[in-house]
Amino acid sequence: MKPAMQRPSIARLRRQWPVVLLAALLAAGLLAPLASGAATAGFFLEVMLGGLMAGVLYSLVALGFVLIYKASGVFNYAQGAMVLFAALATARMAEHVPLALAVVAALLLMIGFAWLVERLVLRPLVNQSGATLLMATLGISIFLEGFGQAVWGNDIYRIDLGLPKDPMIVGVHLFEGGVLVSREDLVAASVAAALVLMLSLFFQKTATGRALRAVADDHLAAQSIGIPLNRIWVIVWAVAGFVALVAGLVWGSKLGVQFSLSQVALKALPVAILGGLTSIPGAIVGGLIIGVGEKFADVFLGQALAHWFNLEGGGIEQWFAYVLVLGFLLVRPEGLFGERHIDRV
Amino acid sequence: MTASRRAAPGDVLLRIEHASLTFGGIKALVDVSFDVLEHEIRAIIGPNGAGKSSLLNLINGVYAPLAGTISYLGQARTRMQPHEAARLGIARTFQSLALFKGMSVLDNIMTGRTLRMRSGLLAQALYLGPAVREEIENRKRVEAIIEFLEIQAYRRQPVGSLPYGLQKRVDLARALALEPRLLLLDEPMAGMNLEEKQDMCRFVLDVNEEFGTTLVLIEHDMGVVMDISDRVVVLDYGRKIGDGTPDQVRASQEVINAYLGIAH
Repeated sequence: MKPAMQRPSIARLRRQWPVVLLAALLAAGLLAPLASGAATAGFFLEVMLGGLMAGVLYSLVALGFVLIYKASGVFNYAQGAMVLFAALATARMAEHVPLALAVVAALLLMIGFAWLVERLVLRPLVNQSGATLLMATLGISIFLEGFGQAVWGNDIYRIDLGLPKDPMIVGVHLFEGGVLVSREDLVAASVAAALVLMLSLFFQKTATGRALRAVADDHLAAQSIGIPLNRIWVIVWAVAGFVALVAGLVWGSKLGVQFSLSQVALKALPVAILGGLTSIPGAIVGGLIIGVGEKFADVFLGQALAHWFNLEGGGIEQWFAYVLVLGFLLVRPEGLFGERHIDRV
Repeated sequence: MTASRRAAPGDVLLRIEHASLTFGGIKALVDVSFDVLEHEIRAIIGPNGAGKSSLLNLINGVYAPLAGTISYLGQARTRMQPHEAARLGIARTFQSLALFKGMSVLDNIMTGRTLRMRSGLLAQALYLGPAVREEIENRKRVEAIIEFLEIQAYRRQPVGSLPYGLQKRVDLARALALEPRLLLLDEPMAGMNLEEKQDMCRFVLDVNEEFGTTLVLIEHDMGVVMDISDRVVVLDYGRKIGDGTPDQVRASQEVINAYLGIAH
């Protein structure tokens, strides 16, 4: 009963040629700098690592999108604002109490926020169209940004997680000059990896995780076996709040807590779409692809443009993710690991 | 084998009085009244669009009646959420399958135990002892149901990959996992071949016999309805036009005109 599994792989590849073509283009773009001698092996690795680290952070935010979309079908535009809000709360409270306490308080705040969202926004709007709910989350996002700044101000604040700031140089024997690795980024990457592992286990192995998956699959059936939708929504928004807090802490300690943090969401958006919107691993892989992709585009494509066409070649990092996702959506609308929807007409 | 196949029908478990339901200008149900006795198998029949599924959705709390009352266990209510109905022991299956397609057979049935899970979110997340014990306890119950419905071989398979007849069985298993007092079956045998129908009939009777579960079922196959149900409600255009034992219903001229006369 699994025709897709039994089809010979060559035939499948031929059928999926647009995907194959895109993958080949990406791979070519990845290897071109090395092959053309535009970069030394050491520098190449450094750019790649930098891209991976940035990608991990995008993934953290995209994870929040995916969680909420999975469980309620709501595209939560406010995820970025939640990151900013959680980071602001932690940073300002940490000025008065120990950091650990501030983090716990911020977590409680995010849980309270989840409860309020369910009560004031989701419950009254149940069964409304996706566009309505998207607008509602846009509203939440703007409110949260304004409210956060009204309470905690709009300067740049520091979160000091006590992460090692000094970079280390590895592989001196292998490459000329070695590879520069930020230790802070390494910690951030491990945190993200741990978080993803935790969430996957939570979704797969616990009764509540099972209930969450059930709700994501079929609202009505889930309700009829006694799963209360409202409670599930609070839980999932609270988990998304927790993810936002972690993302806020990591970003905040790296770049400082400031208003632009909420714009990170605009980068996480293409990441989530690329990954497939309903897939937790998808958010991670999508983040890594976009992180590496835009770093490469910025460093090497910019160089090439400047060299061949005498252009300035700057600012590629800002738009590359969107162009990549656009190209991807053309060949695979459901994203990397998303569910394919076949609607009857 | 004697004819007394189970506990005799007892007190009134569910009573629907003068229930009406409209969608826009369409009258789905008009002044429908009937009762369901504890331990009985009650069938609802009627032509397409007669309001059978609407009636089931009313009992289960998906819809609220425009007029009339529904009393369950002597308690009258006008508005109820489906998950509250589930808490009170009302489980259901769906006409068009509503299984959780991405999940395995086992996980699908385990979701039916959600209400029995008492341990908190934190205990589950941290994998604490009580939460694990609870999971094992519930898993045992689910295994018993899996054995009962003879789907042991498919435990780990994603439910979407199973043939239709088996998916229907998983749907039943998930509902049974609630250990319901009242089980609503929406066309449990629709789209099945003869063999699958016979299996399903046997399961329905077994559920009723072994667990004493009260069943309300919608079915199109008249042979099946006449064979397994104690009493039958006949609907046509949202109105009740017949109510009684299979023999009584079969003899009613109004029912014959509206339904059986055309079908046969």
